[in-house]
Amino acid sequence: MAADNRYEEEEEVRTDDGSPITKPRPIVRLGIFLVAHSPVFSVVFSAAGVLALLLLPLLAKNTYISENALMPGSARSMLSNRDASDGSKLVKDIKNFRLNHEGQVQRLIGKYMSEMVAEVYYQKFQPEGNQFHPLHFFSGPASYTLLGNVSCASYGVNVVGIIRAPRGDGKESIVLVTPYDFINGGDYEDLSLGIVSSLFSLLSRVTWLSKDIIWLVADSRYGDYRPVAAWLAEYHTPSFKVSDLLKCDELNTADNFRRAGTVAAALILKVDGRSERFEDILSIYADASNGQMPNLDLINVVNYLAVHRQGFHVKVEKVVSLLSSSWLKIVGEIFEAVGKVANTLNPDWKFGIPAAEYIEGSATLASSLYSQALGIPTGPHGAFRDYQVDAITLKISPGFPPDSKARQHDFFLRGSQLLEGTIRSVNNLLEKFHQSFFLYVLTSPSKFISVGVYMIAFALLVASLPMVAASLYVDGCKALTKSTHNSAENFKSWKWLDAAKQVFALHLLGFIVTLLPYFICQVPGQHSPRNRSIMWGTTSSLLLVTFVTIPGCSPFSSRLHGTNWAILKSVTISAAFIGLCLMSIINFATAEIGALLLVPTCLLAQPIKPALRSRRVKSLLGAFCSMVLVTIGFPVIFFAITKGLVGEGLVGLSLGGEFWTWLESLWAWKSATYLYIGMVHLPCWLLCVCILFHPS
Amino acid sequence: MARLVRSWILLLILQSFLVSIAFGSKEVEEFSEALLLKPLPDRKVLAHFHFENRAPPSNSHGRHHHLFPKAISQLVQKFRVKEMELSFTQGRWNHEHWGGFDPLSSMNAKPVGVELWAVFDVPLSQVDTSWKNLTHALSGLFCASINFLESSTSYAAPTWGFGTNSDKLRYGSLPREAVCTENLTPWLKLLPCRDKDGISALMNRPSVYRGFYHSQRLHLSTVESGQEGLGSGIVLEQTLTVVLQPDTTSVERNTQPSWSLNSLFGRKVVGRCVLAKSSNVYLQLEGLSGHELKNVDSEIEAHKLWKNADFELSLKPDRVLREISSFLFIFDIEKSSDSEPFDLGLTWKRPSKWLCQLAPLHASRFLMGSGNERGAIAILLKETESQEKLNLTNGRCTIKVNIFQIFPWYVKVYYHTLQIFVDQQKKTDSEVLKKINVSPSTDKVSSGMMEMMLELPCEVKSAAISIEYDKGFLHIDEYPPDANQGFDIPSALISFPDHHASLDFKEELGNSPLLSKFKEKSSVRSYTEVLLVPLTTPDFSMPYNVITITCTIFALYFGSLLNVIRRRIGEEERFLKSQGKKKGGLKQLLSRFIAKIRGRPIEESSSSSELQSSVLSSKLIFKIILVAGAAAAWQYFSTDK
Repeated sequence: MAADNRYEEEEEVRTDDGSPITKPRPIVRLGIFLVAHSPVFSVVFSAAGVLALLLLPLLAKNTYISENALMPGSARSMLSNRDASDGSKLVKDIKNFRLNHEGQVQRLIGKYMSEMVAEVYYQKFQPEGNQFHPLHFFSGPASYTLLGNVSCASYGVNVVGIIRAPRGDGKESIVLVTPYDFINGGDYEDLSLGIVSSLFSLLSRVTWLSKDIIWLVADSRYGDYRPVAAWLAEYHTPSFKVSDLLKCDELNTADNFRRAGTVAAALILKVDGRSERFEDILSIYADASNGQMPNLDLINVVNYLAVHRQGFHVKVEKVVSLLSSSWLKIVGEIFEAVGKVANTLNPDWKFGIPAAEYIEGSATLASSLYSQALGIPTGPHGAFRDYQVDAITLKISPGFPPDSKARQHDFFLRGSQLLEGTIRSVNNLLEKFHQSFFLYVLTSPSKFISVGVYMIAFALLVASLPMVAASLYVDGCKALTKSTHNSAENFKSWKWLDAAKQVFALHLLGFIVTLLPYFICQVPGQHSPRNRSIMWGTTSSLLLVTFVTIPGCSPFSSRLHGTNWAILKSVTISAAFIGLCLMSIINFATAEIGALLLVPTCLLAQPIKPALRSRRVKSLLGAFCSMVLVTIGFPVIFFAITKGLVGEGLVGLSLGGEFWTWLESLWAWKSATYLYIGMVHLPCWLLCVCILFHPS
Repeated sequence: MARLVRSWILLLILQSFLVSIAFGSKEVEEFSEALLLKPLPDRKVLAHFHFENRAPPSNSHGRHHHLFPKAISQLVQKFRVKEMELSFTQGRWNHEHWGGFDPLSSMNAKPVGVELWAVFDVPLSQVDTSWKNLTHALSGLFCASINFLESSTSYAAPTWGFGTNSDKLRYGSLPREAVCTENLTPWLKLLPCRDKDGISALMNRPSVYRGFYHSQRLHLSTVESGQEGLGSGIVLEQTLTVVLQPDTTSVERNTQPSWSLNSLFGRKVVGRCVLAKSSNVYLQLEGLSGHELKNVDSEIEAHKLWKNADFELSLKPDRVLREISSFLFIFDIEKSSDSEPFDLGLTWKRPSKWLCQLAPLHASRFLMGSGNERGAIAILLKETESQEKLNLTNGRCTIKVNIFQIFPWYVKVYYHTLQIFVDQQKKTDSEVLKKINVSPSTDKVSSGMMEMMLELPCEVKSAAISIEYDKGFLHIDEYPPDANQGFDIPSALISFPDHHASLDFKEELGNSPLLSKFKEKSSVRSYTEVLLVPLTTPDFSMPYNVITITCTIFALYFGSLLNVIRRRIGEEERFLKSQGKKKGGLKQLLSRFIAKIRGRPIEESSSSSELQSSVLSSKLIFKIILVAGAAAAWQYFSTDK
């Protein structure tokens, strides 16, 4: 009772000093303000988003080793000249072996491994074609159930050696992979075997191992990825069923597959091609499928050891064409100048970096973003990521011709010392890699941008979408109530429903178009990629036509002639916003690049008819811009442009075929980018086209 | 006085004499030590220390023992332990190269970490309590975290799969326990001579722990006297099995490395433990070529046995025993002294190769699947080149295999998903599964257990068992400090109940506990690997972020919820409007006046707010300038330092 009284009193007080003017709460006011001035803010936010993206190389931090247990380089290398000469001996033997055609090289490698007290076995696998199955998109790694017809004509044989840790408990292991073409492996490929066998000869003697070491010589006749994936599939998901492959050949691989516990980390070593410089170059590849990266600590350890201990020149991939671009140079110089000015104001502000460094950084960043956005692994390490194993590929380009004996010995020594150091660090780990970042983009081997920083650019780009959607909705509602007085009054809040229907219809169309390639692949007979793409294109356009003719779903249907395009645009923008945000969770880089394309297209999309009618310069310019953006936004065109940018010469007539093969590779690798293109980008793009040609 | 003392001493001597007469005729406490050395095919040497301590059944000893460790007898008395085995192991037993069929390997190849099992002689309801108390007592005794076995989630009660059929048996293992000298020292303290004298003096810590395999075991069993009023006797068996790598100086890779006790352990035996009844060193050589087996009758031939073209022993063996496929050289170390220490050496002269006796099937276990959600455990049995396989039942040759496996509760096993493949063909359960006993786990309460008996045809090449599981979620405070390492699934025990490992000597054995132990028939058993299951782990380093995010969400949620429930916006607006009409007379007049001057229609509220804002703006600007000035000043002063 007393409480009630007090409550009433409070009410009294409140009403007494209540302000006479209706004053919504500040957050609402802010929202209204933003929506009311949405054109200005959308331009500001989008520009800020692009600027933030350009600023990213400046904001990159130096890498550091986060996990204390790693302690890279703290132990003295135990690798001796004897081990390195073991490696040289193997390389020499392989060469002789191949010259004399003495049979299978696998045997020779197996013999070497067993001499080093390793457990050896051979694994046969099939170069299985990648099958697209829409339902398996987000399922785990497929268990490679062997297909009915096994042909003995083509299969690969992996050689695997396992060194058991003398006092270890066998719970964990570290995998070393050397892809090697047993039929026509070059001299450089031999070197990778040499490095790892030098290391293996050391590891068979050492007492500090706590994790087992597995050396997988992957038969790279059918690509680098497939043998590793096949081995991992057999390691993790054996079928226990009879495999016809076992009967195939003289090499007895009878069911003696061995395992060594949970894989803690994997290193893939490749030696190929001579570097242009005198020094040896080490390139690090880390991107796995769907933009997943290994733990940054693994890259840090390798980079630290390679740079500070072994003197390799370490690099990560970059977009070469960006290095010479003049606009990037100008941007870099501007940032440098701004940084200098800031430095004079306050010596503590050290965000300026030299223009050259900026260009390098952004070229690497672009490459990182591109490969993450593609969602296709950049090497065999991608197969490990499917099993939550951190793995990277180290590609060494030696700075000497393969027949130089003197430098070869030194090369083996350094290469295997690098691997030894890395293995020793991983061996120290008590827990699996978890300390450092998993979400990051590299701008150089020793610089990275973490998720917290690169999210800003995307957030700024996308932030304008809901604002514009809201303001358009308000405008559209006003226009609608003006045009139709009586009927719309009853369903005031449901005005977006018609537009949503259209948007949904087009998204459905996008979904069907996404699934179409699966059925096209089922079409019997051999077809060139070009034909297939034509098939795809025609069926998709037919579908589009049918969808357009269905009343109620089509943006062009006569019944909705009076509908305001603003509401349609508003719903389109909302759909694009939701799609982009969802994608940013799955694969950030795809969402970022997608946002760069979609956001301006969606924002600028306006019916061109009134613009042409008005003949004002401003509206004509707007119409032209939106036309250009819509053209670029078409996936095929964008694909061609990207190809040109990356530096793979522009293609002419075979564009359709190339696009098909590209898409095929996307779905074969289970890239979420494919789903994004089909289910977010394409519908939104179609809707933008609809708005562009809206008969208003 | 002196006489009194003398008479007292006399009396004491007499008494002890009488006592010794009274009990000497019966059994007395006995201690024996032995060391078995065995070169292994993969250039390593196995050393197996065996100490046996017997306390005869008596009640007159009471709480006093001559040789038997008091701690153990107290343990037995307090917890009524009928049989118990505790082992500390580091490293993995290599079943392929070190053997799997002989009694040595089936008794001493233990799972990594600590394994403890015990049978109690108490009513069934008290077994768990006794077990818990025993784990704590052993934990203190051996400086190990055996007390973690106390929790009901870490032990199980096997019924028949473990080999001992008893419902008072409890079994538990700790795969992650690190084994080191701190565990060996208390173990040595149980020996009458510790490591000061006798064979145990060889246990030089660095060389023992440098080995490839190291397993220290303590097995005790009570012997019922059968007589009324007499307590039960205790047999304490302590073994230490190490696999060492002799230092190889020889360049030749094919010949086996030569070694001596001194080179293996860095120490020599300088005499026996005087309290030991017998102290022998045995050297077992397996797979010697056949021609030597034929004629060993004459003295010269016997001499040839230990000094021949293949190898040479540095000392003459006291006896040589023959087994089906091996020789056993026996050395008595009684003669050794400080001046002439016992340093047995083996020198290989020619490369020789032999194979160990392998278990009928080689077992390995691994995890299948990927991801943090589910997976499967598979046990793979593969044929080996084992000699003894035949076991006819109903005219069919079969191998019986017992599998005993404990699952921690966070590995939620679906027993219906059990699949059995024999020779890569899927078999129904009824075809191969003879018996199965499953006790499912209860979340956070008890661990799951599976015992199964398979009957496989003798010509089996491989058999695989797979069983699926879901990974559980732990509560935040149940995670260990190294949660990201993953969680262990203890080793499974694979035993072959129809295959018995025993050494069958042709000669009389004499009184050697080690050899009589080897002669006993024990079923062949082997342990599989420990598995590591990665579970989902929260990001422990980010509690702050989690707290802030949760708090923000809670604030937003409850704030808006309260607003929705409590506030009536329409009513408020109406009320405010009526208030505004009542009170704003003067202001309205003013605004009308201004509107008149400007020549614009009146805007109800916006004009007034504009007015207000213009009034406020100067204040606002002043405030902003003030704050900016303060910030600039702070920046200036802070950087100058």
